[in-house]
Amino acid sequence: MTKRRLWRRFTAHLDGWLLLGICLLMSTSLFTLYSAGDGSWSRVIGQGTNICIALVLMWGVANLPLHFLMRAALPIYVLGIVLLLGVALFGDISHGARRWLNLGVATIQPSELMKIGVPLMLAWYFEKHEATLGLKNHAIAALLLLLPVFLIARQPDLGTALLISASGFYVLFLAGLSWRVMLTLVVSALASAPFIWRSLHEYQRHRIEMLLDPTQDALGKGYHTIQGMIAVGSGGVTGKGYLNGTQTHLAFLPERTTDFIFAVYSEEFGLLGNTLLLLMYFFVIGRGFVITANASTYFTRLMAGSITLTFTTYAFVNMGMVSGILPVVGVPLPLVSYGGTSMLTLLLGFGMLMSIETHKQLVKT
Amino acid sequence: MRRQVEIKDHQREIYYFRLRLAIGIGFALILLFILLGRFVYLQVVRHDYYQTLAEKNRISIVPIVPGRGLILDRNGEILARNYSGNTLEITPNKLNDSLEATIEALAKLVAITPKDRKRFKKLLAESRDFETLLLRNNLSEDEVARFAAHQYRFPGVELRARLFRDYPYGDKTAHLIGYIGRINQSDIDQLDEDDVAGNYRGSDYIGKTGLEQSYEAILHGKTGVEEVEVDAAGRAVRMLKRTPPVSGSTLILSIDAKLQMIADEAFGDYRGALVAIDPRNGEVLAFVSKPTYDPSLFIDGIDTENWDALNNSPDTPLNNRALRGQYPPGSTIKPFMALAGLHYKARSPDFKVQDNGVFNLPSKNHDYRDWKEGGHGSVDMFKSIVVSCDVYYYGLAMELGMERIASYLTGFGFGKKTGVDLGRRTEDGFDGESSGLLPTPGWKMRRYKQRWYGGDTVTVGIGQGYSLVTPMQLAVATATLANNGIGYQPHFVREIRGATPKTNPVLNYPPNVDLHIDPTYIDLVKRAMVAVTQPGGTAVAASAGAPYQIAGKTGTAQVVGVKQGEKYNASALSERHRDHAWFIAFAPADQPKIAVAILAENGGHGGGTAGPIARKVFDYYLLGKKPAPIVLPVVRAAASSAVSAASAPIDAPTEEEYD
Repeated sequence: MTKRRLWRRFTAHLDGWLLLGICLLMSTSLFTLYSAGDGSWSRVIGQGTNICIALVLMWGVANLPLHFLMRAALPIYVLGIVLLLGVALFGDISHGARRWLNLGVATIQPSELMKIGVPLMLAWYFEKHEATLGLKNHAIAALLLLLPVFLIARQPDLGTALLISASGFYVLFLAGLSWRVMLTLVVSALASAPFIWRSLHEYQRHRIEMLLDPTQDALGKGYHTIQGMIAVGSGGVTGKGYLNGTQTHLAFLPERTTDFIFAVYSEEFGLLGNTLLLLMYFFVIGRGFVITANASTYFTRLMAGSITLTFTTYAFVNMGMVSGILPVVGVPLPLVSYGGTSMLTLLLGFGMLMSIETHKQLVKT
Repeated sequence: MRRQVEIKDHQREIYYFRLRLAIGIGFALILLFILLGRFVYLQVVRHDYYQTLAEKNRISIVPIVPGRGLILDRNGEILARNYSGNTLEITPNKLNDSLEATIEALAKLVAITPKDRKRFKKLLAESRDFETLLLRNNLSEDEVARFAAHQYRFPGVELRARLFRDYPYGDKTAHLIGYIGRINQSDIDQLDEDDVAGNYRGSDYIGKTGLEQSYEAILHGKTGVEEVEVDAAGRAVRMLKRTPPVSGSTLILSIDAKLQMIADEAFGDYRGALVAIDPRNGEVLAFVSKPTYDPSLFIDGIDTENWDALNNSPDTPLNNRALRGQYPPGSTIKPFMALAGLHYKARSPDFKVQDNGVFNLPSKNHDYRDWKEGGHGSVDMFKSIVVSCDVYYYGLAMELGMERIASYLTGFGFGKKTGVDLGRRTEDGFDGESSGLLPTPGWKMRRYKQRWYGGDTVTVGIGQGYSLVTPMQLAVATATLANNGIGYQPHFVREIRGATPKTNPVLNYPPNVDLHIDPTYIDLVKRAMVAVTQPGGTAVAASAGAPYQIAGKTGTAQVVGVKQGEKYNASALSERHRDHAWFIAFAPADQPKIAVAILAENGGHGGGTAGPIARKVFDYYLLGKKPAPIVLPVVRAAASSAVSAASAPIDAPTEEEYD
């Protein structure tokens, strides 16, 4: 009796459907990592640890009431900006970019914090000005978005900056940014592109050219794309079978436990496996949209919508990159790629979704 | 009523939000379907193609290393080139036999010197097992034939044709051209950081110092790619695609190789540096740092003995004195000080100072002595330069004050890097040079936590005390003075010439300094500098019998005591305690085409030691005259006689005495 009550209290703020989808993707991660690591357990165990820690965090966030999340928005955002400024001034340089801040006890990557911090801040801002929402508010929100994006872009970490822009843009879009403004922005961006291009340094242009046409750098970054496409394409309809991917096991594939893990999966499970994976993602995304549609307050609607759309974007960008329709930017496959930081950030987001879903009765008046 | 409106608005808002959400869901679906479409295309439509690539054959991407760009002097003389040669290389983890046994067996076929073995051992220690390491280069035709016949016995040993780098002028251009060397781990990290690691696949060498380093990106070229189908055994089946490499561009320098040789020889046994610049455009014409070293020693990794010899030599041959050597400018600072005095109207040209051999600060009883005992008598500005009067400049420095001196001399480039294109390329230029030192009270406070004393300013007035310059800086300052205050950034590379115009940045060095000096001021100082090389001046030896006029200024840099713990024998020690000799000059004085700064370490007095070196450089550059073969003792004799005639060491107080 007490046991059951305890269990109910423990699971009261978890969303079963969302948790199911997440766990399916995480299992995919674990057994793909076993293959990607050539049958070694070290990455599987490492990722298992990441998952456990992240699940605890998710549970914790899911149990936080919503007003708590709202109150955290401004402090998290300000902290993120301060840390980003800290990185710009005192950050450690690794591979030519300042992204990490050494706090003595641990090094942290503040841009990761902003993946949640930015949409949280914007949703909070719109909620605050809900009654009198106008173009002015959208302009201010855009500035709130561009400040961290600018700081991250000059680290330079263009990939993360674009993804954070996307997550912020989704909030703006859901908050009703007028079509006319969006159209104007797109047109002016296209019109100014040639001028920006001309003002760039030779090496910056070269980098962009390389991003757009990886075959230009067939020995460097283009190599990843070419090998990724071979892995995906040679998988065929049914795949080569678990642990039988030649691209993977003959070491043609680079970064096969992290950014290119999808190539490993795709080579071994083929089109059928890919379709299954897309369905798993769609399941999670679909549940996210249901939660969004049912959300009770303006803040939670915006937040839930942005989290779900951002998750979609991550999945699309990674798989698009591996299959050669998008340039190689360092974006992991959400919930599947090896890595603790991205796992934490993602489950933080899902924890919020669950909190939004399970606390709404309390908020409705 | 109001309540109703609010609810209505709320419902409308929900409606609009759901509309937006629906668009978002549509967007997400589109993305997922794009992916699905792409997967169908790759895994069904193009499956056979990728299947072929992955399963039956494998694509092997083979880099084709581009030829490295040449380096030529301004007249097309080759300073760095490539030649092809055959090498014998070992991949340790592919060997059947032990490494020692293999090398012994190979030694019976081709000559392997102890030097080769030593170098190989060093490479081995620095590498990982699967890397291919050089054992012998420059195999003769006979050796190639002999090894080829026995190759089957040596799995893991390869014969390769490779391009080698050659520096025809050897040690004469080592400090300038630098050298290439094998790519090591820190180079790899740097390449990764710059995002160009892909372009170095297959390359073994990279520019390590000198122009080879600063123009690495241009000299290296673009690596080509061959996509080859390889069967299961690893044999190439057919070529799928070939992107040819683009050779590195040729660097055309402003250096005149013959002038460089003459300057180098003119130094004789002296250690020191010479920088010659065309004042009209900043082109560096000659760049000498003595002693020097043989750059070819470094290309395949220098062996320990040679390295120790170079690195531990008291002559520090690896030190690029012209760019990194920092010395007090001594009296060569005086023409610039004179211009500062005129600029701030602290001195009129005719103002006369009575020099009886000693200068005192008010209320202080420390004597700042002139180099000439008893002084020069009544001295105006013209005479102060000609006879290098110290007392005149002690007083002038005091009147100007350090802040004004620093602010004016900065215009000539003192105390900051010249920006010359040598060294590792960084965000703000090149890191190859030292910046010298133009001391200020703020600097002293930061550096020594002491306040600035009047005595500090006094000694800076004659180029001693804390002030330091590099030969390159002094050459640039001299060129700027020669060109009436309009200065250029010094540079070695005039032109980059390569396969495609796209890879060749156009080099353009417009004037970067204009000091707007009053023509009457500059005229006065230049006339005085001409008189320096005439009878009665301090550098008569430099211009005797020259058909053109030389404007110059001598200087003497005091040597700091030999450091503790270094071992020199007594005679060497006494020589190394002698002052360094400076000479700056430009010619022809009325229309300068060349400006030089020369430093001869422990050379005593500038006019006697460095003056004749300048003369030989000028004679060749302006008249095309090759000097008579240089016999060292003659130069030395001239030096010692000049010293006795014109100089006694300047008595600048040591640091403790400043008060």
